Amino acid sequence: MSIKQEHDTEQPGKEPGRHDGVLSGSRRDFLKQSSLLSAMALTPGAIVKAAEDQWDDKFADAAEKIPLTLEVNGVSYNVKVEPRVTLLDLLREQLHLTGSKKGCDRGQCGACTVHVNGIRINSCLSLAVTNEGKKITTIEGLAQGDQLHQMQEAFIKHDGFQCGYCTSGQIMSAVALVKEGRTTSREQISEFMSGNICRCGAYSNIVKAIEEAKNSKL
Amino acid sequence: MNPFQYTRSSATGAAIQSLVKDPQAYLLAGGTNLIDLMKMGVVKPERLVDINQLPMKVVEKTVRGLRIGALVTNSELADHPLVLQDYPLLSLAINAGASPQLRNMATVGGNMMQRTRCGYFVDTAMPCNKREPGSGCGALGGYNRMHALFGASEHCIAVNPSDMCVAMVALDAVVHVKGPKGERVIPFGGFHRLPGDHAEKDNTLERTELITGVELPAAAAAFKGHVHYLKVRDRSSYAFALVSVAVALEMDGTMIKAARLAMGGVAHKPWRLHTVEEFLKGKTASDEVFAQAAKLAMQGAKAYQYNKFKLTLAPNAILLALQTATA
Repeated sequence: MSIKQEHDTEQPGKEPGRHDGVLSGSRRDFLKQSSLLSAMALTPGAIVKAAEDQWDDKFADAAEKIPLTLEVNGVSYNVKVEPRVTLLDLLREQLHLTGSKKGCDRGQCGACTVHVNGIRINSCLSLAVTNEGKKITTIEGLAQGDQLHQMQEAFIKHDGFQCGYCTSGQIMSAVALVKEGRTTSREQISEFMSGNICRCGAYSNIVKAIEEAKNSKL
Repeated sequence: MNPFQYTRSSATGAAIQSLVKDPQAYLLAGGTNLIDLMKMGVVKPERLVDINQLPMKVVEKTVRGLRIGALVTNSELADHPLVLQDYPLLSLAINAGASPQLRNMATVGGNMMQRTRCGYFVDTAMPCNKREPGSGCGALGGYNRMHALFGASEHCIAVNPSDMCVAMVALDAVVHVKGPKGERVIPFGGFHRLPGDHAEKDNTLERTELITGVELPAAAAAFKGHVHYLKVRDRSSYAFALVSVAVALEMDGTMIKAARLAMGGVAHKPWRLHTVEEFLKGKTASDEVFAQAAKLAMQGAKAYQYNKFKLTLAPNAILLALQTATA
């Protein structure tokens, strides 16, 4: 299913999938404001340095944003991104899909796992610009309205989490795992879920949830 | 991450020209190692040339064997029916490395080009001849638990982190590369190099060349019946090897007709054990013979302060891998 909606992130309209809870809203706004202040504090120095090194042309070129079209959870987006922006940062900061988490930001924890053209990857190690024309599915794209995905239901039923920070990555990985057919034994599930680290240690319940959900129609 | 210019190449020749024109350009494939290194400030390319559109994504049977495009992902290769059928060792080795998500992104060429995970290489506050030639080797007198036993130099004792490459070298793969002067082939064993006086050079690829593919010889399929990849690491999955062993044997009953062995986690390159292969040829498989082979493999090993345990671990791993392959 593909809903054709154009989102210009320079002037965001209603942000898809975002619930503006008072607490989370103010915390995010605070973080945004403080990073803006840090950026302003840093900018003059960086520009002076660039000018000194006669880097101004290069600096301008490098900072240039590149147009990018991609589909996220069935919605088409036209955005502009700096080449160094990762897919994870694009999803979280520009598209406001904050379900995908930034844990290690180096491909070691799996909290940022999303599907690209149906295949699970670490979005923290994928430059957004390399995803031109791709179809991305994030945790926000699993449920059908109020109807949770079977894997989400199974995680709740089996207590497949404690703090919840790794959970969206675990669930995205688990959904892909079932499609890959790597669920023939508990050992195989554990091995092929090893890219998702859970510091709370909910592993045994995560495996139970996957064992149950693999038998549902996904 | 430092700002950089980003370009996409849709033709191999154009990608090579980008490397010729801009000495600061790096090729971007899966990005699983390069993007990480860029975030840490270990490498700071001024230009990334995205080669993901190049036509190098096919695995196909040729008259010589199996030709694998450089942009085939690690997952695609490990799951490929022809690899599972004729070169199961390669599949085992690939699946022993990284995580499913990373294997879905990482490419064959990128796997070969990945840098060492030596802690001194990735820590920009530390000396490292590989990152900054002439700055010294932090690992030599430092915490060198993960480091080399074979072929190291006073300039670098880092190890190659790949699992895939250990199987490739054991199976006598050939690397196809292309540069401004045309194409050439490099035997897999000659692709990665020992550090010597130039720790900054991981391999023999010229800066303006790119890997187009790897070819597995048809003859290597003779070893498919008795293979094992044993990887010993600090946790049961998703960690780099302390020691790994790739074994592929061609058997005639209990007699070893021919053997292929290589180790990972012990040298600056995937470490092929030619002497051990010669020793095993024609012998009847037994624990005693395997123990002698394991001892032979360790000739010339040199440990450092914190990796002495590998002197015991490595021969034990070879013994177990040989036993498993013949079980």
